[in-house]
Amino acid sequence: MTWFGLYSYWIVVVLMMVGFYIVIAQGNLVKKIVGLNIFQTSAFIFFISLAWREDGTAPIALPDVTEYANPLPHVLILTAIVVGVALTAMGLALVVRVHEAYGSIEEDDIHRQDEQQ
Amino acid sequence: MSEHLPALQVVIALTAAPLVMMMNRFPRLAWGVTLVTCWATLVVAVLLLLQVSDGSVIHYEMGGWAPPWGIEYRVDGANAWVLLIIGLVSAVVMPFALRSVEQEIPADRIGLFYSAFLLANAGLLGIAITNDAFNIFVFFEISALASYALIAMGRDRRAMLSSYQYLIMGTVGTTFLLIGIGFLYIMTGTLNISDLAMRLPEVTETRTIRAAFAFIAVGISLKLALFPLHLWLPNAYSFAPSMVTVFLSATATKVAIYVLLRFIYTAFGFEFSFEELSVAWVLMPLALLGIIIPSVIAVFQEDVKRLLAYSSVAQVGYMILGISFATALGLMASVVHLFNHAITKAALFMAVGCLVYRLGGVSLSRIAGVAERMPWTMAAFVVAGLSLIGVPLTAGFVTKWHLLQAALMEGLWPVAVVLLVISLVATVYIWKVVEAAYFRPAPEDAREIREAPLSLLVPTWVLTATTIIFGVWAQFPISAARNAAEALLGVPQSW
Amino acid sequence: MVSDAALIYWAMAVPLLGMLALIAASRWAVLRDALVVVTAAVMFGVVLQLLPRVLAGERPSATLFELFPGLEIAFMVEPLGMVFALLASGLWIITALYAIGYMRGAKELHHTRFHVYFCIALFSATGIAFSANMFSLFVFYEILTLSTYPLVAHKGNEAAKQGARTYLGLLLGTSIGLMLPALIATWWLAGTLEFTPGGIMAGRVDPAVGTILLVLFMYGIGKAALMPFHRWLPSAMVAPTPVSALLHAVAVVKAGVFTVLKVTVYLFGLDYLELLGSTDIILYVAVFTLLSASLVAIQKDNLKARLAYSTVSQLSYIVAAAMLVNEFAALGGGMHIVMHAFGKITLFFCAGAIYVATKKTEISDMNGLGRRMPVTFCAFFLGALCVIGVPPLGGVWSKWHLLMGAYDSGAQLVVLALIISTLLNIAYLIPPVVRAFLLPPPKGEETAGVREAPLLCVVPLSLTALGCLALFVMAGPLAELLRPYLSVAGG
Repeated sequence: MTWFGLYSYWIVVVLMMVGFYIVIAQGNLVKKIVGLNIFQTSAFIFFISLAWREDGTAPIALPDVTEYANPLPHVLILTAIVVGVALTAMGLALVVRVHEAYGSIEEDDIHRQDEQQ
Repeated sequence: MSEHLPALQVVIALTAAPLVMMMNRFPRLAWGVTLVTCWATLVVAVLLLLQVSDGSVIHYEMGGWAPPWGIEYRVDGANAWVLLIIGLVSAVVMPFALRSVEQEIPADRIGLFYSAFLLANAGLLGIAITNDAFNIFVFFEISALASYALIAMGRDRRAMLSSYQYLIMGTVGTTFLLIGIGFLYIMTGTLNISDLAMRLPEVTETRTIRAAFAFIAVGISLKLALFPLHLWLPNAYSFAPSMVTVFLSATATKVAIYVLLRFIYTAFGFEFSFEELSVAWVLMPLALLGIIIPSVIAVFQEDVKRLLAYSSVAQVGYMILGISFATALGLMASVVHLFNHAITKAALFMAVGCLVYRLGGVSLSRIAGVAERMPWTMAAFVVAGLSLIGVPLTAGFVTKWHLLQAALMEGLWPVAVVLLVISLVATVYIWKVVEAAYFRPAPEDAREIREAPLSLLVPTWVLTATTIIFGVWAQFPISAARNAAEALLGVPQSW
Repeated sequence: MVSDAALIYWAMAVPLLGMLALIAASRWAVLRDALVVVTAAVMFGVVLQLLPRVLAGERPSATLFELFPGLEIAFMVEPLGMVFALLASGLWIITALYAIGYMRGAKELHHTRFHVYFCIALFSATGIAFSANMFSLFVFYEILTLSTYPLVAHKGNEAAKQGARTYLGLLLGTSIGLMLPALIATWWLAGTLEFTPGGIMAGRVDPAVGTILLVLFMYGIGKAALMPFHRWLPSAMVAPTPVSALLHAVAVVKAGVFTVLKVTVYLFGLDYLELLGSTDIILYVAVFTLLSASLVAIQKDNLKARLAYSTVSQLSYIVAAAMLVNEFAALGGGMHIVMHAFGKITLFFCAGAIYVATKKTEISDMNGLGRRMPVTFCAFFLGALCVIGVPPLGGVWSKWHLLMGAYDSGAQLVVLALIISTLLNIAYLIPPVVRAFLLPPPKGEETAGVREAPLLCVVPLSLTALGCLALFVMAGPLAELLRPYLSVAGG
């Protein structure tokens, strides 16, 4: 049953593929960023799940607790989430500017405009 | 003081960034502070290189937390060399930036621009100096986020779109890197690279480590624009402001290559990377395709910046090719090319920046006949172009010579032939620019233009002269690169 | 006593210093032109200082710097290089005088630029002559190509640009595409690029590989104009005549065959050369070039084009001499560098003088011109005889030795080719003289009186013509100077 016991990793894989697919297949700039977020989130979940220990609690120092999850990945992912938020903000800001410049956020449309120039 | 040099290397630029942002209302002041910061960074980089030039290693525990829990900064011959490249290029590009940026960036954003530049700079320095895998990821993102902003400030509206594309591909790349680091952490419980190097051999048999290697290699390859993952680069370099193109072309891909080297040589180790995984058999075909195809594409470009950007992709191919020989000589050739290509390409993009300053654009039709009116700029372009081709007595030749020797040592005659033929292709695309600038008549309606101002010309010539100096006095880059290669291989070599 | 190194450096520094001086003096035409002549004379004087030392058996040498271990820019003056340096710098004085007359007479523009690149070309020719290793030679070889490019394109019109592009493309293409790989392979296999008596290849390089290397070198040295890479030479004839005269009769083409001799004698070594399968192939390519270029020359009506093809043909004499691999031929090759230089420069000077005086370039237009320009055509006659190899002119000696060499090697076909080629030489060089002196001028053209080109054109060409005569007597000392080179070649 190990393959089912590791179900969180399956979720990670599915999310990663979904996100990656959106990034590649979508022509809409905002949707691409949504895809990118899903893709990144899958990596975050992956880290969080590898911190998990059987019968462990949250990594808080309490006197009667001996089994707790590894806190380090949590810390790392906290950082990564911040980075992810910054990236999303940056990406959306760029999309806004692209929209101002081209009046569209569809990639095909934008390329057509550039070619016409 | 001197024991804190590794921290200062990053911290100076990192703390200066918000300060400069606050000076947004005084563009010249913001520029001045940035300039001083970059020069201080260069001084620190030089001091660090001197300290490790005898093969020693500097360890620095960030915040006093001992590794592997805390973040460790570790300086050896390899990353001191990369730090010097970043320091040198940023120090030379700043005087150039003054007027170039004033012309290309709206006055109310210049402070913000320099702030982003410092962040990008600090990020790259951080990547190079840290010995912590996760920290590498964080610094990658810091420099990348700042670079996206810098590229998007280009005047052409396509700059925004190229920045966006770079953001998407860059983020995919760093996320791959993050996943790979996660795998490494599962298997070893450490993020410190030296620590990883000790613990990985016990678990290299597992599929997890191989997956980790694949994720990391692909992730970094996206960042270093290894063919065919280079699609973001030509657009980003062509539409970014001149100064940004100079800086990024000389440093960003080089730092990514350094990270690749660090992972395959130090973390995973030579044996695992080259003997168990035979990574050379993946890298060499990609490197050769990456040398040939972008070089040929470059020949057909109409825009000089874009032409040089494709040439950059090809030059990345050269560096990867050196690694793929899996010999000390090949590695050393790659490492010396990091430096030689950085100064050569920065000099070329600076000359192009001078042209942009006076002409507003650098399509071949626009630069027709410009050499008569901007003789110094074009002369710099020609000299740096010779170095790009690899003519004797220029920095480029030193690299080509060692790469060829490395290829011949492995008995790879066809590779040597490819290298020489591609030098001819490089001659063709540089010649296209020279022909346009020197031999085509200027268009009838050409505006009256003068030679670029001294503040642009002097830095351009400083780097151009450097390509000659290190082409003639090749001992310095060679001995530094040997030192770096020994640091990466972990064993002294008989050269 | 000036040190050897200082003399070598001065020989190379003088043209560069002269260049700076004449840039500074560019506003005063007379002063500038005087400086050109002075520079040339001083340079010749410095090179001459080296002659007694070389004759005494010394090999003055100097190392400029080391790029990395084993690869350095270094100089060593040996007899062959001495001859080449003397030839280039000596003829420069005369050419400088001629160039001043020509540039003014033909109303060319940009005199300063013209002389500046001329100085750089002489600097690099001297570098080639004195190079102690193949790497240094390669560097100066490329500088020579690049510095002569603007000279070829000097007129700046479409034809000049087109010609110059062919010139640059072929010379750079062959040197980077063929010579550089050969050079790198040699370094890799033999471990050195030093010019060593007896060669560096024997015992180190498999003759099978050597066979390929020889072909790469011989075609890589595009300046030697072996077919099919000879196209640059006729294309370069768009240049002003002084350029054609010095560079394409002396410095550039002779740099090419000089390199051929250096490579064959000091890199391959003659003993080793005999082992190679491609030596004969190159020999017959040279013979083919020699004959077919002569045949092309006969058909050319443009005087300069005819001379250009004649040069292609004459260069192949020297390449063939190197490939014959014996002492007579090697001496013949060495001497032919000098003899042909004097003969051909005279012919080019005459072509230029005719252009300046009459604006005529086609041979068919030159009927009766001899009455108008007797001195020029007499000189042309002497130059032609020298190139053909008729006593009492210098050219006879080199051809004589070549023939002896071919005969000694038992290469009957080559002997035959040399004889046929001499007949062809007569067929294409004598008609212009015959037309000028014996045919009546076309109707409507005045015939009265002598109207030569300016004195600054006529005097130099007379001097070189007399030089051709003098060389007949001087062949002994020349052979004496080349003797050590021969002992290397023959032994």
